[in-house]
Amino acid sequence: MKTCLVVDDSSVIRKVARRILEGLGFQIEEAEDGQKALEFCYETMPTAILLDWNMPVMDGYEFLRELRKLPGGQAPKVVFCTTENDVAHIARAMHAGANEYIMKPFDKDIVEAKFAEVGLI
Amino acid sequence: MTPLDYDFLRGFLKTRSGLVLSNDKQYLIESRLMPIVRKNGMASITELVQKLKMPGQEPLASAVTEAMTTNESFFFRDKTPFDHFKEHMLPALMKARATKRHIRIWCAAASTGQEPYSLAMILKEMGAAVAGWRFEIIGTDLSGEVLERAKAGVYTQFEVQRGLPIQMLLKYFQQNGDQWTISQEIRSMVHYRTLNLLNDFSALGQFDIIYCRNVLIYFDQPTKIDVLNRSAKLLAPDGYLLLGAAETVVGLTEAFKPVTERRGLYVPGGKPAVAAPGAAAASKLFAYAGSRPG
Repeated sequence: MKTCLVVDDSSVIRKVARRILEGLGFQIEEAEDGQKALEFCYETMPTAILLDWNMPVMDGYEFLRELRKLPGGQAPKVVFCTTENDVAHIARAMHAGANEYIMKPFDKDIVEAKFAEVGLI
Repeated sequence: MTPLDYDFLRGFLKTRSGLVLSNDKQYLIESRLMPIVRKNGMASITELVQKLKMPGQEPLASAVTEAMTTNESFFFRDKTPFDHFKEHMLPALMKARATKRHIRIWCAAASTGQEPYSLAMILKEMGAAVAGWRFEIIGTDLSGEVLERAKAGVYTQFEVQRGLPIQMLLKYFQQNGDQWTISQEIRSMVHYRTLNLLNDFSALGQFDIIYCRNVLIYFDQPTKIDVLNRSAKLLAPDGYLLLGAAETVVGLTEAFKPVTERRGLYVPGGKPAVAAPGAAAASKLFAYAGSRPG
């Protein structure tokens, strides 16, 4: 089964994302900041990562840069999911190796479209 | 809304736009028409119906028709029709038109412009491969209001996230807060025109590709047959027709035949389009409606 790691400091967002992604056939793991997400990835690389930007301890951008340096860290498809909705942030994320980008607020249609776009479904 | 109001609106919409509503779509009428009721200071749908029955109500009649037929659209909606464009239709047509270097495309239900602009972006992405070629993309819709939105090319954050790859958003749109405007370079590739598919559209000229998606589903059988047969007459003998996921020509006309392994894609069937038995009825209905919407 495909695994998706949902990284967001809001438990509400994690819950919403979980429900949508389970509906799309993913097994969900959760992390509340970039550091915890990175620790998870040391153990097992997920198929997909839904990634918030602003989080305590380690933010999503820093996590992504660290992830891509890890052995096997190029493999997961990373979809940002953040309130940062300006061109500068989007371009920075894509440059750091994100595969797609969702601007909050999001719904099931958007998640589905973006995951399809990167070949996850 | 009384059952009589509902029957009147069903007949009215069928005549004006070809829209066929089953007998359980009261909620749809209410959700789409209540804003018009309020905007015009009326009390109810019943009052709106009374107004529509009076002579000289063309602006109101147009507003009602447009509100009921305006549909949501996405960039690269359903994906496969655009894969067909890139992988199948364009290579074949570019081979066949190598001397003329001119390809005409009609989006028959262009709505707010996402479909024609998706095609324009695909062409732009092809860069040097299409240098020296002229692509004409014509977008038509029943609703003048949605075409104004299409021409402006301004989309909400929600609209640019359904089907549009983020790289294309960065490349072809400018941001204005929560709104995203498609670039002038893409906008200039598409021309729009208000058009009711129930009317004669032969003046549009010949096309190599016709996208007619998610509009036939709203028509009854004779109207579908009529629109398909008249489209066939505008299509080049080696041209293509695209229909929506829930639509087909099978059982309606032999003027088109499906392309195997290419869902939604049709080519001329090799048989001349014959007037459908219901076509005359459809045009008679329209004649009764009088003035042209939009």
